[in-house]
Amino acid sequence: MHGLINRSLQCFVRDTYGQEAWLRVAARAGCGPEGFEALTIYEDALTDQVLSAASALLDKPREALLEDLGTYLVSHPGLERVRRLLRFGGGTFEDFLHSLGDLQGRARLAVPDLEVPKIDLRGHTPGSYTLSCRFRLAGSGYVMMGILRALADDYGALVMLDHLGRQEGAEILSVRLLDPRFSEGRQFILAAGGGQGDG
Amino acid sequence: MGKPLHLPGPALDLLLPMHVLISPDGRIARAGPTIRKLQPHAPLVGRPVHEAFEFLRPRPGLRSVEELREIARRKLHLRLCEAPQTALKGIVVEAGAEGGLLLNLSFGISVVEAVGDFSLTINDFAATDLAVEMLYLFEAKSAVLEESRRLNARLQQARRKAEKQAYTDSLTGLANRREMERVMRELSECGIPFGLMHLDLDHFKTVNDTLGHSAGDHVLQAVAAVLRSETRREDLVARVGGDEFVLIFRRLTDRARLCAIAERIVRRLEAPITFEGRECRVSASIGITTSDLYARPDPDRMLSDADRALYASKSAGRGRATVVDEPIPPGSTRGSAGMAPGQNRPGAS
Repeated sequence: MHGLINRSLQCFVRDTYGQEAWLRVAARAGCGPEGFEALTIYEDALTDQVLSAASALLDKPREALLEDLGTYLVSHPGLERVRRLLRFGGGTFEDFLHSLGDLQGRARLAVPDLEVPKIDLRGHTPGSYTLSCRFRLAGSGYVMMGILRALADDYGALVMLDHLGRQEGAEILSVRLLDPRFSEGRQFILAAGGGQGDG
Repeated sequence: MGKPLHLPGPALDLLLPMHVLISPDGRIARAGPTIRKLQPHAPLVGRPVHEAFEFLRPRPGLRSVEELREIARRKLHLRLCEAPQTALKGIVVEAGAEGGLLLNLSFGISVVEAVGDFSLTINDFAATDLAVEMLYLFEAKSAVLEESRRLNARLQQARRKAEKQAYTDSLTGLANRREMERVMRELSECGIPFGLMHLDLDHFKTVNDTLGHSAGDHVLQAVAAVLRSETRREDLVARVGGDEFVLIFRRLTDRARLCAIAERIVRRLEAPITFEGRECRVSASIGITTSDLYARPDPDRMLSDADRALYASKSAGRGRATVVDEPIPPGSTRGSAGMAPGQNRPGAS
């Protein structure tokens, strides 16, 4: 797994539950108190160990933890740049949904060896979609759910999200866009210079 | 030529949000929504095109429609007349039957600054324009670069720490043998004169054996403190063995002065050192040589000479210093020619 993903997980535990909690998770997972370097590739198993350790020590189901991680990636002030990079996907939440097919390409454009979930979006009736998410990390659909929930907020859209389980190796989400302009949302100015958080 | 294509204004705005229609008299007849954002204070429509845009290449200072017509279909470089004089790329084509021109503009590489200067959003660019992708890439690369810079800083710090560990003795914080060798090599190669003192503690083994290793460690730390205080900043004090030390005095080859320093060191080291209420007593034997004795100072030879002088001090009764007066010819026996052992145990009680 790419260090960026492991490091996000580490920062999520640290920023949400405190450094002490991270140290306990790290000890249990056996990844060392310093944790992960963002630009290094790690064994996939290590990510699973960290997730299991966090789930056990924080007494939180893996799915809930992953969904919180997704929300954290978009809404934590220290990670403003992730939100920004995602919002380059489109001017509206719907445009953004349609840009998710490019997610892998976009990730690779930024970091050539970064693997992220492969997303396929299918529209059914206007405002109603299913989204399939394929990744080596089981539960990645929950991370996507957290990301979508937080980004909908960011765009000011009102959505209903459901995890429909696994189907042919992919996790399926249902996305219902109830009101694209439910609230003001947050502005997205193209000019960089926003948060310079500790990623 | 095919049938002329008539595009309604809103379609033109969507396809070419940075277009400018120029009427035959050289005035701006219409401007796309994004190019209007670049001139928020003065409406573009009605102004002569050269008052809003300064043409730079291929023909600088261009003013009339006729001149503009001559460079139609060629790639243009221009900039805003007003601050911040944003650089633009453009192309002019004939438009309409009345002799008007269509000038389409884009930012080119200035897009990174421009989006900040004019608070542009995704919707200010045509859906087909790669500018947004370029901005995305710019931001993503900056983030990665910053991460890599941070990693670099961490590695640098770790390297400095490892280096420091590599050339210091962890117990006393003095330099270690590797660092001493490096400094001697450096001084010899640069032809900087120096005095060399080889010091061996006397009775240290007794302290270790009777009072234990922590007492021994405590003594070594106390000795290190004395040696540090008896040397200058530019000198080097190294612990090169269990109870062996080497002192290098930069640009100090005056043997009388070195002797005086050595005697002071011996005197101070003979003062009892207290450890957990018990007194530890040690002394020191010292051998001294100086680089000016040698035509080409060779660190190994100097160390071996200082070592012989040190053993001369030991055989003369310990607790004293011996100076090498002339280099000892290789092969001669320990403590013979060219040595002047201290006559007395300085400050012995």
